Amino acid sequence: MPGASSPAAAQGYRSAPAPLDVVLRVNGAEHRLALDARTTLLDALREHLHLTGSKKGCGLGQCGACTVLMDGKRVKSCLNLAALVEGREITTIEGLAQGDQLHPLQAAFIERDAFQCGYCTSGQIMAGVACINEGHANSPEEIREWMSGNLCRCGAYDHIVAAIRDAAAVTGSTRGG
Amino acid sequence: MYPFALERPRDLNAALALRAQAGRNDAPVEYIAGGTDMVQLLQENVRRPEKLVSLAGLLDDRIEVGPQGLRLGAAATMAEVAAHAEVVERFPIIAQALLNSASPQVRNQATMGGNLLQRTRCPYFRDVGYVSCNKRVPGSGCSAIGGENRWNAVLGTSENCIAVNPSDLAVALVALDAVVEVGGPGGDRSIPLADFHRLPGDTPHMETVLEAGEVITAITVPADAAGLRSHYLKVRDRASFEFAVVSAAVALDMDGSGIRRARIALGGVGTKPWRVPQVETAMAGASLEPARLRQAAALAAEGAQGQGHNDFKIELMQRAIVRAVEIAGART
Amino acid sequence: MNIAVIGQPISRVDGRAKVTGRATYAAEFSAPGQAHGVIVRSTVPKGRIGSIDSTKAEATPGVIAVLTHLNAPKLPYRPHKGFTDPDIGERLHVLQDDRINHQGQPIGLVIAETLEQAVHAANLVDVTYAAEPAIVDVGRVDPVRPTMQKTDQGERRSPETRRGDAQDALAAAEVRIDRTYVIPRENHNPIEMHATIAAWNGDQLTLWDKSQWVSNVAEEIASVFGIPAENVQVISPFVGGAFGSGLRTWPHVTLAALGAQVAGRPVKVMLSRREMYYGTGYRPHTVQRVALGAARDGRLTATIQDAYQETSAYEEYSEALTNATRFLHSCPNVYTRHRIAPMNVHTPTYMRAPGEVSNIFALESAMDELAAALEMDPVELRLRNEPERDEFKNLPFSSRSTRECYRAAAERFGWSRRTPEPGSMRDDRLLIGWGMATATYPMNFAPAAAMARLLPDGTAEVMSAASDMGPGTWTSMTQVAADALGLPMERVKFTLGDSRFPKTPPHGGSMTMASVGSAVQAACLKVRDEALARGGANDLAEAMQRVGQPLEASANVKPGGAGKRFSMHAFGAVFAEVAVDPDLGETRVRRIVGAYGAGRIVNPKTTRSQCIGGMIGGIGMALMEHAVVDPRNGRVPNGNLAEYAVPVHADAPPVMDVILVEEEDPHVNPLGVKGVGEIAMVGVAPAITNAIYHATGKRIRELPVTPDKLL
Repeated sequence: MPGASSPAAAQGYRSAPAPLDVVLRVNGAEHRLALDARTTLLDALREHLHLTGSKKGCGLGQCGACTVLMDGKRVKSCLNLAALVEGREITTIEGLAQGDQLHPLQAAFIERDAFQCGYCTSGQIMAGVACINEGHANSPEEIREWMSGNLCRCGAYDHIVAAIRDAAAVTGSTRGG
Repeated sequence: MYPFALERPRDLNAALALRAQAGRNDAPVEYIAGGTDMVQLLQENVRRPEKLVSLAGLLDDRIEVGPQGLRLGAAATMAEVAAHAEVVERFPIIAQALLNSASPQVRNQATMGGNLLQRTRCPYFRDVGYVSCNKRVPGSGCSAIGGENRWNAVLGTSENCIAVNPSDLAVALVALDAVVEVGGPGGDRSIPLADFHRLPGDTPHMETVLEAGEVITAITVPADAAGLRSHYLKVRDRASFEFAVVSAAVALDMDGSGIRRARIALGGVGTKPWRVPQVETAMAGASLEPARLRQAAALAAEGAQGQGHNDFKIELMQRAIVRAVEIAGART
Repeated sequence: MNIAVIGQPISRVDGRAKVTGRATYAAEFSAPGQAHGVIVRSTVPKGRIGSIDSTKAEATPGVIAVLTHLNAPKLPYRPHKGFTDPDIGERLHVLQDDRINHQGQPIGLVIAETLEQAVHAANLVDVTYAAEPAIVDVGRVDPVRPTMQKTDQGERRSPETRRGDAQDALAAAEVRIDRTYVIPRENHNPIEMHATIAAWNGDQLTLWDKSQWVSNVAEEIASVFGIPAENVQVISPFVGGAFGSGLRTWPHVTLAALGAQVAGRPVKVMLSRREMYYGTGYRPHTVQRVALGAARDGRLTATIQDAYQETSAYEEYSEALTNATRFLHSCPNVYTRHRIAPMNVHTPTYMRAPGEVSNIFALESAMDELAAALEMDPVELRLRNEPERDEFKNLPFSSRSTRECYRAAAERFGWSRRTPEPGSMRDDRLLIGWGMATATYPMNFAPAAAMARLLPDGTAEVMSAASDMGPGTWTSMTQVAADALGLPMERVKFTLGDSRFPKTPPHGGSMTMASVGSAVQAACLKVRDEALARGGANDLAEAMQRVGQPLEASANVKPGGAGKRFSMHAFGAVFAEVAVDPDLGETRVRRIVGAYGAGRIVNPKTTRSQCIGGMIGGIGMALMEHAVVDPRNGRVPNGNLAEYAVPVHADAPPVMDVILVEEEDPHVNPLGVKGVGEIAMVGVAPAITNAIYHATGKRIRELPVTPDKLL
């Protein structure tokens, strides 16, 4: 046979199992969904819940644009099968502000111009919130290391670090009293 | 992704009964724990299980330090282990290797067991557009040999596979003589980490000695590996969030300013986490004098085989050993 | 006017939308009933499709249709060339025949109800190939003369230029440098992957697309389907980075529209990251020989640049690879030649600072080598060769602030403390190196249009079919409009990203501020004058109250004759400090200082973002970026974001300093702006590699400088 056969030839198709009933808790609300077992949390958010603030930049955990908080910890939503995160509390960028009141890091991002195209921004902010909460925002060097899972192709890193420092100072003083 | 049935068993025995097989591509049933590598491989159509068995909530996630040493439950996350005060104090090289791995997000999710079972980053393995990959499709050939191979191994290779084991953690653990605790339908067993991964040989698709249905339940590190002067050195093209070009894990038992015993392992260069006993022997009783260290480190090149683009790793890994020993030796 | 908004560091007007996740990018629109399309791609670089069998795919649950060349409707593909399309050759036609022109070429489209179903079914299309020998190894291609060289300013030039006799002068030179510099293929890799949603309503087509040029997408897709351009509306309010990848209308846009036509419902196609390496262009691999001859006093006597770049076998993409060599430094004898290496790959395209960034890497590396050979300070060498005018065009520069840039950046950097000997500066184990390079990029100004509407309540709406891939068009145009209207910014609503709005040139080549900005200004001045006249008042709000109905004005701007009287470019100087681990070969950039003379700066805040972004891009280019092209089959094995390394946070230098020197240029365009998006990346890579030489004594002439090259 000339040339190579496509990988599909090596394996026959099989019919997809029935959709699963999945209850997702996102930004404090419960959503009952019928999902393919293959659906990732990111695709569930974007395609099923129309919460498109979490961005898809690779689907492979390599860019960080899909970062959300799960039970308060940052994770890449593209690396989670939605059906396996039932019962977890998911916070996305849409759930960060209190009504019209932006989270201090959101406000700092605007003030510091910590983005250009804005596509990595949700992930940067969610990762930045976690970075501050974890106590990893004590110096620019520490922030740079602990934010390295979030690519910014526009190269706004310097401003992102400044915004995280600003917000860390604000939230720190809030906590302190 | 190919379709699969998702199983969420209620207890470990039920999971084991499903006889999933980790670390192979031809297995019809596979486990998923943290999932950070599995989901990538599913997305890229590299792995195509018919059934995916979730281990969520079924495995021990405790981290314990006692007189026997360190015990890491298989489900403990990379982040939890890296932040654990006693790990940081007594087994700092483990924390260091972990903090040099992946991203904070992945470390929050990825588990100890999964880390040891993550698959190679060999790009020919991960791109199904390449027909030939003996790891992915046994007998299909190796695209890395004769291709761009800067990413590939120089130690433990065979004519069938030159893929690198990508784990940083495993490099540190193998230097500390860690043991993998395994549970399975046939009962529990313990496997020294050094024997856990297979060399590719003629069967690169079989990466570990795990049998069908077996899962990693814990990793233990003996107490005599505690309190050593250690360093995990990772060389990479960018400053963070990247797999190793070359890495070296070094733990030293010092006798004044001399080395009583050195434990040394390499990453980024081997088809499995690579211990270098010949270097360790040569360093025993040695001072930290650079020429002496270089001489000993040169022994790491024994049996190393470059493929062209990765020839530099043979030199670089020796330098990494020397530097890591110097840094570890200078610690107090 | 008492409201100074131009020149103010104003926060982005779309900032709130971006930080709350409400800014909507192409794939995030939702057309009723939209299905998902996934492209099937070839796994050979050249040949014919032997057989293609979609039976299994079609039988998969949820699959609506599978299109291949066997069943796809024949498309008219009427002639169309946008400014960003190569002059020579013809774009790839999709699913029209069995020919394979490049690895990863679209050969099918699967449309299914869900994304998961479509992705899976695409795997099940069985293909066999009649493969043919392919040329995919750039190292084995004999470069040929291109038909023409198209420069960024839209000028077409001969690919070979001469001034004086460079060969003789080089042979006679007291000091000579003759070296070859290589830059591998690089990919734009915007974090947003390309995506298109297509929805037909009769013969009317709506496309939500990631694009840097919506009006051209409309025209091109209209030509493909043989319908009037007015029938196609392209919507693209936010673009998640592009850096040039969104300048052309790539095959997936046609596929989305075709899929929607066949399926009879809207179809969304979002490329995977791997697909981004097979169909949205890239910076071509370049090989450049640069020879410099100089007198002992440093004065250049000969400059030769012989450069070639890869392109595809079906289109002749040719970038401005030799432009800057002709005028950047004073030299009586200059020869440049530009050639192309056609291969069975997909067509490369403009990527941030196309041409210049590659050109300057070679030229400014060679200048550094010359400085070393002369034992002369690299800044001094450049000052001694500072031209009084553009010696190629024989025109004065409209403005040129190189001297001020060298001075300001050197002073901020502390350049006078540099010890010239390589390896002479250390920080413990690390070798410290300081290097610099000159930067330049043309001032591009192309015809553009805008419309302004004043409302009786004293607010304004301004629109133009421009794009904002990140520089801040939303914001800067609002500033320009507010300034021209004399209104506070919050009373002005500027909108972009819709092909129904007045036409603009492509959003690239740093021309948006000059072109669209001038159009916005003109439209606003026009409608304001009309309002004041008709309302009979000096105050616009009062005038509009009196007018009592909306007033509209449109404006078209185009360059005047300044280009015939002046050579118009932005200039800059970049200084970098690196730390190199001599044992392990790792290089980290510690500081970058860039000074730029780029005319008037509309918004220093967003401008600084562009500049630091260009620096990060330059770090990637210098130290890590390399799309590996498999010489056996043209695949890109590292076609992802893990093995294709781009800079991360930890790669950002602790010190990034941007100096925007005062520069007033009345000639370039009505706003006096030159643009900074491209020049910000120019000169960064050679500043870094020159610093690496200073640190180590090693001259690395092939990018990227990964650890193996410094062992």
